[in-house]
This record gives sequence, C-alpha cells and structure tokens, in this order.
Amino acid sequence: MRREGSPFTGVGVVFLKEYADHLGSVRMRVLEILVVLIGVGFTALAIYNVRKTIQRDDFLFLNLFLYQQEDSAVPSLLGALAIVIPLLAIGLGFDAVNSEFNRRTMSRILAQPIYRDALLLGKFLAGLCTLATGLTALWLLIIGIGLLTMGVPPSSEEVTRGIAFLIIAITLAGVWLAIAMLFSVIFRSTATSALCALGLWLFLVIVWPMLVPSIAALVATPDPLANRVGLLSDSQIDWFFGLSRISPSGLFSDAAMVVLQPQTDAAILRTPTVGMLSQLQGMVRGATLPLNESLLLAWPQITTLIAIVISVFAVAYIAFQRQEVRA
Amino acid sequence: MTDTVIEIRGLRKDYGRAVAVAGIDLDIQRGEIFGLLGPNGAGKTTTILMVLGLTESNGGTVRVLGEDPVRNPLAVKRRVGYLPDAVGFYDNLSARENLLYTLRLAGMPRAEAIARIEKAIARVRLSDVLDKRVGTYSRGMRQRLGIAEIIAKGAEIAILDEPTSGLDPHATLELLDMIRDLKADGVAVLLSSHLLDRVQSICDRVALFNRGAIAMQGTVKALGQQVLGAGHAAHVEADGVDVEARLRGVAGVQKVERDGRGWKLTADRDVMAEVAQAIVQGGGRLQRLATAEPSLEAIYTRYFEEHKDAA
Ligand SMILES: Nc1ncnc2c1ncn2[C@@H]1O[C@H](COP(=O)(O)OP(=O)(O)OP(=O)(O)O)[C@@H](O)[C@H]1O
Ligand SMILES: [Mg+2]
Repeated sequence: MRREGSPFTGVGVVFLKEYADHLGSVRMRVLEILVVLIGVGFTALAIYNVRKTIQRDDFLFLNLFLYQQEDSAVPSLLGALAIVIPLLAIGLGFDAVNSEFNRRTMSRILAQPIYRDALLLGKFLAGLCTLATGLTALWLLIIGIGLLTMGVPPSSEEVTRGIAFLIIAITLAGVWLAIAMLFSVIFRSTATSALCALGLWLFLVIVWPMLVPSIAALVATPDPLANRVGLLSDSQIDWFFGLSRISPSGLFSDAAMVVLQPQTDAAILRTPTVGMLSQLQGMVRGATLPLNESLLLAWPQITTLIAIVISVFAVAYIAFQRQEVRA
Repeated sequence: MTDTVIEIRGLRKDYGRAVAVAGIDLDIQRGEIFGLLGPNGAGKTTTILMVLGLTESNGGTVRVLGEDPVRNPLAVKRRVGYLPDAVGFYDNLSARENLLYTLRLAGMPRAEAIARIEKAIARVRLSDVLDKRVGTYSRGMRQRLGIAEIIAKGAEIAILDEPTSGLDPHATLELLDMIRDLKADGVAVLLSSHLLDRVQSICDRVALFNRGAIAMQGTVKALGQQVLGAGHAAHVEADGVDVEARLRGVAGVQKVERDGRGWKLTADRDVMAEVAQAIVQGGGRLQRLATAEPSLEAIYTRYFEEHKDAA
C-alpha cells in the first residue's frame, strides 16, 4: 500500500530530543568516565613501554592502539575497545523502544503525524551520534596524550589510518546499538531486553573467540606437513578466520588490524589473502602496505559490519511496525 | 450545521478468533461531544485506535475529516488530538519541553509552538508549573496537560480515552469543564468513560458498546425512552392539594412515585404545561417543577441486566 508523506518527517525532531536526553543522562557520565579511564590508562601503559624500546617505528601513534604487553592479561587498547564498545552501545539502546511503552508515551507520540520509521531511525541516529561523540573524544584524547608525551606529531598517513579506525569503531557501535534496539522492540521489559543483549554480547565477544580455535582444529583437514613443523594448516587458518568473523567483534578486530598495521608481514599473519595479494603485486615481505591497499583489504569487513547494522535495523523496524501500540 | 467529521461503517477488528469490534457504524458531527460507553473489554479503545489509524482494521471503513486513517495517516493525525488511556509524559522533562516535542513532531514551527503552549497551558491552569518536571505532576495535572496538548495542536477532533478515570470528583469536574471548552471552540470530542453520571452531563450523544457491537446510540434522552420505556420524567414539588391524584389525572402520565420531598412522574410525552395547570387549577401551590433527564446509570444498568444472557 502506498503511504502518503515522507517516512522521514520527524526524524530530526526525534533525533534532537533523544540526543539531548543522552547527553544529559547518567549513562553519558559513565561513558565519559570510561573514555577518560581507557584513554589515559591504555595510552600511558603503551607509551611507557614504547619508550623503552629504542627501535624506531614509523607508526608510533598507531602502535598506541595495538600495544600489548607480552605475557600480560591486559588486552591492547584495540582489544579493550572490542569489549567495551558493544557494552556502551547496549547501555544506550536496550530500552530505546520499550521505555516509551513503559512510560506510556508511545501512543501519544505515534498519534502525531510521523511514521514509526522516523521514531526508530531518530533514536538510532541519536544513540549512534552519542557513541560517536564518546569515541571521537577518546580518539582525540589518545592522540593528544601521544603528542604531549612523545613530542612528535603523527604523520598524515597515521592520521588518515586513525580516522579510518575511528569509523570502523563507530560502525561496531552501530551494530550493537541496532542489536540492543532490536531487543528493546521485542521485549516490553527493559530488564529482559538488557539481559538478552548482554547474553548475546557475552557469547559473541567473550565465549566465541575462545571456542573458535578448538572448533577450527576439529573441523579443518589437518596437514601432516604443517603439523610436523608446528604450524597451522591452510585449512585451519581459513576455518579460524571464517569462524571468528561470525562475531562482529572478529570483523572489527580484523578490519582494525589491517588499517592500523601497515606492515605486510603482520597483515599476512592476520589475513591469509594478503599473502596472495602482496605476491601478485610483487611486494617484498616486511614492506609496508600503502594506505589504499590497507583500506581495500579492510573493506569487506567494513561493508559486512554495515550490512549487519542495516539488516538488524530492518528486522527491528519490521517487528516494531507490527506491534500493537496499546501498552 | 451538520458536518460529519468521523464516519465509521461496518468497522471490525479481530484478534485471532476473538472479535474485539464486530462491525459498527458511527457518525460524529462537528462540534458535538460523543460518548462511547460500555463495560471493560467492550471494544472502545480498539475503536479509538482504528479511528486514529494506530491499529489496522479487519474490515469496514473509517473516514476522519474525509481521509482514510490507514492510507493517509499523517493527514489524519495532523488534525486529530489524542489523549490515551492513562496518558504518560517524559518525567525528566518539563511540561513545556514535553509539549514542544509533540508539537514539533506535528510539524509546527518552534516559535509558533512556544506561543501556543503558553496559551494552552493557561487554559488548563497549569501556568505555575509550566517549567516543572512532569515527574512531579499529579494524575489530574497530567490529564490536563494532555488536554493542553490537544488545544495547542489546534486539533479539530479530540479523542479522549477514559479522560476522567482515576480522578477525584473535583478534578473530574474541572476536566469536564475543559472538555466543554473544547466543544465551545468547535472541536468535535469523542470520549470513552465509565463515570456515567459525569459523562451524561457533557455528552450530546452516546453509544452503548456491548461485546464489540453498538447496542444503541443517540441522545441520553432517546436511550432512556428506549431502555427504561419512560419518555419524559419530571420532578414535582407542591402542596395545598392532593398532588398525587392531580398528577395521575393528567393525560399521558404513566407513573407517579414519591421522590424525596416531592413526586417523580413519568409520561409518554412532554406534560409540563398540563401538570402545572392541573396543580394550580386544583388550588395547589406549585413549588418546583423540573424535567428529570433519565439517568444514564439507570439506562446502562437496566440494559446490561436485560442482556446479561447475551453478554
Ligand atoms: N492485543 C490484543 N490481543 C488480543 N486481544 C485483544 C488485544 N487488545 C485488545 N484485545 C481484546 O479486545 C477486546 C476489546 O478491548 P478494548 O481495549 O477495546 O476494550 P475497552 O472497551 O477499551 O475496555 P476498557 O474499558 O477496559 O478500556 C477485549 O476483549 C480485549 O481482550
Ligand atoms: Mg479502553
């Protein structure tokens, strides 16, 4: 059936209200505290250790995101973000729709001349903008601390790669925001919705990465030759990456690694296809991959993340569309 | 001026195999207050939601100001104000911010919205608390804020679902006054309620819902005739004569009963003039003579007693 009027009337109004709500909320204060703690903590740790190594690195700033102390349980900043970003997104989205029902504002809002699309989209964009604000602040904080303590400005390539990483991080936030909002549509109880979103987070972000190596070892065809020299077979590597990419966090780490780590040998380790690509282009191992090559490599993961956002949002939209407005 | 603003024909709604609304016809005219009455679960709220296009029907047609609320929901919602059953606001925002949000959603420019909010809030007498958080409001104040939203929106039709439920008698009277004011502005009001005697005082016409169908509709007086079988009722107080005998002597009078200090009579037509004449000619002193509207409560109770087996 054709509908009259644009589905987007009202998106701006919803967005402004929700964004203002987020900025003034207690959750935003928590987000700010986390940003400062993570930013200062991880950067200080990284800088303290990076300084000790005399080795000169062309990508000092990017290393701030990747630095991980050997034999330490503390993850790299990247690893920490892969865990924290989903949590923040869930925190902002788990009660987006059901709270309107619980406050009994839903029918009053939907009696205004807007479509349900506008309400859902406005809320999503407001949440995403809030998360983007927090992540950008974190990013600036890290660069700022790096600048102050290391005394050298980042190169333009480092800045570009850093921005690409920021965008990938915001996309990950979008995925989890959409997931949280989907639960907020499905469940009328905010507690149930939060619990389900956290359960999914626990599985995809914490449990799944632990399961992947064992599953890969089980299903992959073993290569006796590789086994003898203590290496993983090609099939095992393929399975490993294939399985780890089921989780949005796997996709995120993959894409972020490729963007933040221009050295090809590092990239080969991460992504088997890089080996082929660099061979095709006659590149020397250990050389650095140019920016556009890195982006090209990260592109499938980024588009997959975006596709996940869009499809989860679409499911949430359809579920919301069918919902009775009466509380 | 008869100008139909809401036209409902054969409207029905099924929830699975349960029938919530079973094919109803209704016409609501501009500038009238129309009451939807019926027991819990009769289908009043469902009907209201279909009129607003918030629930899709399973058959029949609705026209609101000539528009189809399913096909052109925005056109309908722009011109209709809705006060839901147990209305809610954003407790962390002030009344002004709450209304500003809905008016902006309705597409009103900010400056105009602000001016209208001031006026509307003054009309529902909430000006002192305009900038207080709605979380601090009482039930009655929230209800009034809902009315203010409809006024500020400039709605041509106001749809109020149980507007007086949960209010104390004083707050109820206040709210009914505000609903009358809406009518005075030329707004058509469609309301549902359980407080029958209150509703009676403001409704021009009512429809009695029973299990998803409209059992009957019309003015309270007409329903009284239909259900109680009493055309006209009057209250008489007089002395100096055998009032009861005199009243019984008037042609058309069917029943005379003691009622407080006077008598209550029921007749099949308007007999006011004859009654006055009969008492005065008999040498009596007429102290009070008033028509008594049939009570909606009585109509309602009687109707549902008679149709208990059906219900
Ligand atoms: N989502 C739903 N699923 C199934 N049945 C429903 C649903 N919503 C309403 N009903 C049924 O539809 C019927 C009409 O409900 P409705 O809310 O319209 O009644 P009402 O007249 O407004 O009652 P009340 O005076 O209690 O508000 C009821 O029998 C109810 O059980
Ligand atoms: Mg109801």
